[in-house]
Amino acid sequence: MNNEVLKMSSVIKRFAHHEVLRDVSLTLHRHEVVCLIGASGSGKSTLLRCANLLETIDGGDIELFGQSLLDPRVDPDLVRRHMGTVFQSFNLFPHLSVLENIALGPVRALKRPLHEVREEAMALLTRIGLQGRAAEFPDRLSGGQQQRVAIVRSLAMRPSLLLLDEVTSALDPTLVGEVLDLLTDLAKSGTTMLIATHEMNFARDVAHQVAFLDNGVLVEKGPPDQVFERPQHDATRVFLERVR
Amino acid sequence: MLSGTGADAPDAPPLLFAPRRRLIFKGRNGLIASLASSAALVAVILAVLFATSGGQSFRFYFFNPHFLWIALRGDPLKAVGSVLGGIVTNIWIFLLCEVLVLVFGLLIAWIRITTTPLLVPFRLLATIYADIFRGIPFVLVIYIVGYGLPQLSLGALSNQSPAVYGCIALTLTYSAYVSEVYRAGLHSVPHGQILAARSLGLTQYATMRRVVLPQAVRTVIPPLLNDFISLQKDTALVSLIGVVETSRAAQIGQETYFNGSFLTMSALLFLAMTIPMTRFTDHLIDRDREKRLAGAQ
Ligand SMILES: Nc1ncnc2c1ncn2[C@@H]1O[C@H](COP(=O)(O)OP(=O)(O)OP(=O)(O)O)[C@@H](O)[C@H]1O
Ligand SMILES: [Mg+2]
Repeated sequence: MNNEVLKMSSVIKRFAHHEVLRDVSLTLHRHEVVCLIGASGSGKSTLLRCANLLETIDGGDIELFGQSLLDPRVDPDLVRRHMGTVFQSFNLFPHLSVLENIALGPVRALKRPLHEVREEAMALLTRIGLQGRAAEFPDRLSGGQQQRVAIVRSLAMRPSLLLLDEVTSALDPTLVGEVLDLLTDLAKSGTTMLIATHEMNFARDVAHQVAFLDNGVLVEKGPPDQVFERPQHDATRVFLERVR
Repeated sequence: MLSGTGADAPDAPPLLFAPRRRLIFKGRNGLIASLASSAALVAVILAVLFATSGGQSFRFYFFNPHFLWIALRGDPLKAVGSVLGGIVTNIWIFLLCEVLVLVFGLLIAWIRITTTPLLVPFRLLATIYADIFRGIPFVLVIYIVGYGLPQLSLGALSNQSPAVYGCIALTLTYSAYVSEVYRAGLHSVPHGQILAARSLGLTQYATMRRVVLPQAVRTVIPPLLNDFISLQKDTALVSLIGVVETSRAAQIGQETYFNGSFLTMSALLFLAMTIPMTRFTDHLIDRDREKRLAGAQ
């Protein structure tokens, strides 16, 4: 129990009468990378948005470090400071420089001193090889660079886990590699991540667990070898046939 | 026969020249043409003003140097105030109202878009306020405030000078307009920006202050300046409740001397105030458009 970071149990989410998540249970342990796969519309984004309380769930429970997030005393702002979220469309702040993008959360949400945060932000930029671009505005960067900045922007909050939603889908194919390399790097250094992705090879290489969502149902979950080589369910097999 | 690119290659090279008549105004000819048409236009205007009898009396009535000078200076003996002195009143009323409108309008817009439960009743109130003051003609607002408040014996609120009531009326009406400008600006910021900010754990207030507002400002400035240009002109309407500002001073002069040059001088002073602002606004709009075009490629 003590190394469970995020635990979703029997989560149900409806939009009007449309049940988008049906009884989904998923646990993320410390240092674990879980990849969510599934067809478009299967509910991957919705699951991530429920996890960081951007959506309210209609049934089940979500726990962070053993505490239920449904408790009315829970402050969603505090919860989100523990969960870095990276979106498909980078959503960098266009009016702030690259460095200011990274520093905004730590300074304004965590109230940490600016000079300390700037140093840390520079270190993060150095890690992704963009230390020379710190003062530029995001629209001067390529898509791949912007997405890598978006990833380190959430890392600057020192989150306990990262939620990533198809972070390479909006990118030119030539730029996908640099972003996936950064994620691989993060996985190796023990970052806990829940990754919704269409990149099956990446999922196979990096994930500790792969979860397959089909129409809001978590059909199958297991180590990548098992899910990709010996899928237990027909739905998984059909999906994998199609994306191959 | 089907071919991949649609048409087969033509036998003769295709004709790519524009018709001759569309080439007349190209290059140097274009410059000559525009100079010629400008000269013709100026000639027509001068001819109408100086050669026709109507032009003569028009010049005497509106552009009489003697009365233009008296308008500037004023004539204490005949109790005609200076039009120039009057514009000072317009300027301070404008400056004061501008600041009040900026703050009050933002407050109204903010209340209308936040979802904090505590503010729900205020949200309804702000909506009603914006609807009412955008819907009532300003003339009525200024009469209601200027003649109504003094009747109410509300202490200090009923004991002010007409200029103060004018400011209150202008602020009430213009804040309603400006709150809509702000609201449109705040809504123009993409939702993804708000999601990203909230995901970083920023509070609703910090999201507004650090992410939404700074981006909204850019879209909001040109329409805001447009409203301020109208506000500058509408300061003349405070004369309706007895404030002698420039347009009222001009009217007194015109009635006293039966000459319209007083009105002309007042109009020129207004233009001196508004034209820099209109030019600046257009400049900002063009610059923003260029930026967006540059971003689009
Ligand atoms: N705000 C919403 N209101 C109504 N329906 C929604 C909303 N958001 C998502 N849905 C529906 O929920 C279902 C799951 O959507 P979701 O975005 O989670 O899928 P996804 O697996 O992320 O798909 P993709 O791979 O295309 O991103 C879809 O049928 C979608 O139409
Ligand atoms: Mg999605």
